[in-house]
Amino acid sequence: MTSENLIYLVALPLFSSALLMLLGRRADRWGHVFATLISASTFVIGAMEFFAMIDRPEASRAVTQKLFTWISVGTFNVDAGLVLDQLSIAFVLLITGVGTLIHIYSIAYMSHDRDRRRFFAYLNFFIAAMLLLVLGDSYLNLYVGWEGVGLASYLLIGFWNQQPEYATAAKKAFVANRAGDFGLSVAVMIAFANFGAVSFVGIEEKVDGASQTALTAMGLMLLLAAAGKSAQFPLQAWLGDAMAGPTPVSALIHAATMVTAGVYLITRSNFIFDNAPTAQLAVVMVGIITLLFGAVIGMAKDDIKKALAASTMSQIGYMIMASGFGPAGYAFAIMHLLTHGFFKAGLFLGAGSVMHGMNDEVNMRRYGGLARFMPITSITFGLGYLAIIGVPPFAGFYSKDKIIETAFNTGGLQGVLFGSAALLGAVITAFYMTRLMLMTFFGNKRWVSGAEPHESPFLMWAPMAVLALGSAASGYLLYSGKAIVKWLAPVVDRDHHEHAEFLPAIVVTTLAVVAVIIGVAVAFIKYRGELSESAPSDVSIFTRVTRRDLLQDDANEFLFMRPGQKLTQVLVKTDESVIDGAVRAVGSSVLGSARGMRKLQTGYVRNYALLILIGALVALLAALVVTI
Amino acid sequence: MNIQAPALEYGALAPILIILAAAVIGVMVEAFLSAKVRAPIQLAISLGAVVLSLSQVWNLRGSATTTAAVNSVVIDGPVLFMQGTILILSLFAFLLIADIDAFAAQASAVPGSSEEARALESGRIQSEVYPLTLFAIGGMMIFPAANDLITLFVALEVLSLPLYLMAGLSRRRRLLSQEAALKYFLLGAYSSAFFLFGAAFLYGFAGDVSLAGIRSAVSGGPGNDVFLIIGMVSLSVGLLFKVGAAPFHAWTPDVYQGAPTPITAFMAAATKVAAFGAILRIFYVSLGGAVYSWKPILTAVAILTMVVGSVIAIAQRDIKRMLAYSSIAHAGFLLTGVIALNQEGLRASLFYLASYGITTIGAFALVTLVRDSSGEVGDLNRWIGLSKRSPAMALIFSVFLLSFAGIPLTAGFIGKFTIFTAAYESGNIAVVVAGVLSSAIAAFFYVRVIVMIFFTDSKQDTVTVAIPSLYTNLTIWIAAITTLALGLFPAPLLDFISTFSTFAR
Repeated sequence: MTSENLIYLVALPLFSSALLMLLGRRADRWGHVFATLISASTFVIGAMEFFAMIDRPEASRAVTQKLFTWISVGTFNVDAGLVLDQLSIAFVLLITGVGTLIHIYSIAYMSHDRDRRRFFAYLNFFIAAMLLLVLGDSYLNLYVGWEGVGLASYLLIGFWNQQPEYATAAKKAFVANRAGDFGLSVAVMIAFANFGAVSFVGIEEKVDGASQTALTAMGLMLLLAAAGKSAQFPLQAWLGDAMAGPTPVSALIHAATMVTAGVYLITRSNFIFDNAPTAQLAVVMVGIITLLFGAVIGMAKDDIKKALAASTMSQIGYMIMASGFGPAGYAFAIMHLLTHGFFKAGLFLGAGSVMHGMNDEVNMRRYGGLARFMPITSITFGLGYLAIIGVPPFAGFYSKDKIIETAFNTGGLQGVLFGSAALLGAVITAFYMTRLMLMTFFGNKRWVSGAEPHESPFLMWAPMAVLALGSAASGYLLYSGKAIVKWLAPVVDRDHHEHAEFLPAIVVTTLAVVAVIIGVAVAFIKYRGELSESAPSDVSIFTRVTRRDLLQDDANEFLFMRPGQKLTQVLVKTDESVIDGAVRAVGSSVLGSARGMRKLQTGYVRNYALLILIGALVALLAALVVTI
Repeated sequence: MNIQAPALEYGALAPILIILAAAVIGVMVEAFLSAKVRAPIQLAISLGAVVLSLSQVWNLRGSATTTAAVNSVVIDGPVLFMQGTILILSLFAFLLIADIDAFAAQASAVPGSSEEARALESGRIQSEVYPLTLFAIGGMMIFPAANDLITLFVALEVLSLPLYLMAGLSRRRRLLSQEAALKYFLLGAYSSAFFLFGAAFLYGFAGDVSLAGIRSAVSGGPGNDVFLIIGMVSLSVGLLFKVGAAPFHAWTPDVYQGAPTPITAFMAAATKVAAFGAILRIFYVSLGGAVYSWKPILTAVAILTMVVGSVIAIAQRDIKRMLAYSSIAHAGFLLTGVIALNQEGLRASLFYLASYGITTIGAFALVTLVRDSSGEVGDLNRWIGLSKRSPAMALIFSVFLLSFAGIPLTAGFIGKFTIFTAAYESGNIAVVVAGVLSSAIAAFFYVRVIVMIFFTDSKQDTVTVAIPSLYTNLTIWIAAITTLALGLFPAPLLDFISTFSTFAR
């Protein structure tokens, strides 16, 4: 089936973004409202498409729209086309829904910023690019959106680029993303070389005849791309610094949507990964490493946004791991992605609300006892907290529990290891989130003098309340009657695999709940009483390493930056002495001969005439010699 | 004796006749109307004639090849394309001529005399330049169409004589301008002699002055080969002089520098089209059979021209002289298309001529804008830091220079690429290698100018960029957009040319 409406999803916010940027200051007064309305209208279109989709029989739910022929070289044709199926509609609703809420929140949050219009222009650009990413019907179209969100992320992290460290953070994110983008471009090339196609449908048709090597290589390259965008090991280091951006950006781009693009990519590429077990195993490993890595970093962070960023990294680790389990896991990866979109966006907005009331303080050691002063924020934040640690019946419980169960169900020793790692992650998550909660909203006041915490305005808390409702209810709604699994099956599980059970579901659920209790209890014991205003310094080596983000930056510096700098220096030297030297030598010799030849240009007609005569005679002689 | 009046094919000749008629009317206007109203009327006549003529060319585009005026003129695809190109370039040249006070108040006055001062005071503007230009255009349109050597010679003189005069019309630096005009005239006459000498020998060889007759004599006639060689070489000298090929190029920088800049633009763009039109016709149609005799010579000339143009340009300190050497180098690149002697070479040459012409007009138009209190500033050192004063114009000039250098995404790249491809396919590797190498050398001095304009801090601040009037602005912007458009989407024009690229034999 085709639809003529899909293009508006991308075109509207793109147009609005261009308009706000071109009009400049002239749009300052109404730009934010306009951008928000545009974002809301994309949500309305998305919702209408969703209801229309539900009404159609399962086989014809996906709709496509061909825009134009993009590349046509010989037998190779790429159409710029969009596809809206059961998988992309989930993303469309998440992006436009959460996106609109965050637009509303930002109206108030950014009201004192003189560049608010530019901020909204970037936000709309992000919405357009992200929608293109999830709607593109080929890897090439996806790539355009992929680069677009990367650009939006860069622009928004560095939104306050008058501060050098923020600009550096933006650059760091950009570089790490480039490494991932390289993977995606190589994957596209592999697809083209092996299948002669880059569209999802075109590749899927030819997957059966492809060699294992090609599939594995493509899978690994896609994984690299996903790792870059979704801050997964080993490209995870940029996410913490990305918190330099305004908090709504952290909520939308670096928690709810863009960073989950890697999960989308892997899920969308299920036809590759299902046929490449090695790549799939790599996906699971990357997921597990990152989920533990992020969780451990989260334990030591005093900066509320960085703690949440570490948590994001860890939660996406769960999703990546789940998508590595194949058809059994895709639906749960997406389900966790959606619930996470609600509760993490809500948590970030809550953090923004706290900062708003505390003069932009981000250090949790300078918070404490805020629950009384910010009742709405603490309640919405609390709901998000219950959801993320997985307390039944909140959203995170359903999604995480299912992932842990699927991990165990891979079977054998491997399954036990995967499952235990996931459980361990749940313990740590419960620990650091409880710590965060206690340090911020309870305990003694450790405020900087002059702080006057107050509740945020309606425009800020209303989106938080909506997201809190989602954090509470979305898990149940998505999972009741296995709704999400059945919904996504036509895209990710066409053969309707029967999934074996390794442990009975009730056992896993019990284990998960016990894990949460352990984590909460430990944190409660440790952070219950009075806390000091600065972090204790006489701590174990483990804590110190964790505070340094498990040496991720040191590793990058040692492995890449230093050798890179050395290489650059050598290349610069070579360039200066060898290449420039050669060029200069050629240049000066040419210049020398030019000066010599210039002497022929005396300015006297007689000399010119003589030159012509000599030229003619030489030519004549030569012609005669050649011919005779 | 009963002489039959020849039947003239007015339809096919209309483009040429319109221009020449307008030129005659222009002379009348000059003679009978008062000085105050002449200039606008002349401009209107000139532009009207060019547009009218252009529409006639357009109407003729699909028609079958014909000969006209008792076989002295042939109207075929390449001719129509070149006539169209010349007319379009002339249109822009007229806009430049009309716009700028580049012309002497009274060209006959001795520089520095009281007569000249009086003429300047009276505020008159020389408007003879319009009919002169129209005559030159008329000659240029006949030149590639000439079907015999006599017509060819007449066309050569019709296009050259006005140009000699026009070179001497500059308002400022009168002495330099008059020197340029005299040099151009003397050397032009000298090369015309070569041309006639060659024509005589070719007649001696073939017993016929028509191109078709020479063609049949070359391919298997009983003629004297030595006569053929002497005739061919001498004729070529006359033609190569016009395009500024080395070693017959020495006049080019002096004349380009001395002539009023709009005239330089016109010469560099339109004359090149006309002269290459004639060269292509003669070598493709008449002398194709003797290719083994002339190919080595022309190859050597082409290589020499490319190298001389590119290398000496590096040492230039005057923008107009630098562009003159660049035009010499481009003549060399164009010669590779002649040597290719295949369909592809003709097509590439036509594309190259059109794209190079429009870029050249734009570049010289921009040169007219950079001035100080005493007029245009040619000294490259004073162009330093130009981008600070006029970023838009500096950017456009860079586009032109990049196109001259043959950097991708500009028309110049497509031109060079197609013409070198054609030469390569004809098996002439040496000329392609020399072409690519001298392109690299040439890129150096083009980029050097860009660096001067953009990245060097100026110490003196005396040069201004004049605010361009509508005419000049239009010319510059259209030239810039065309240069980029042909670089980005060359296919439509290349396909269009394909329908024109067969010579009538």
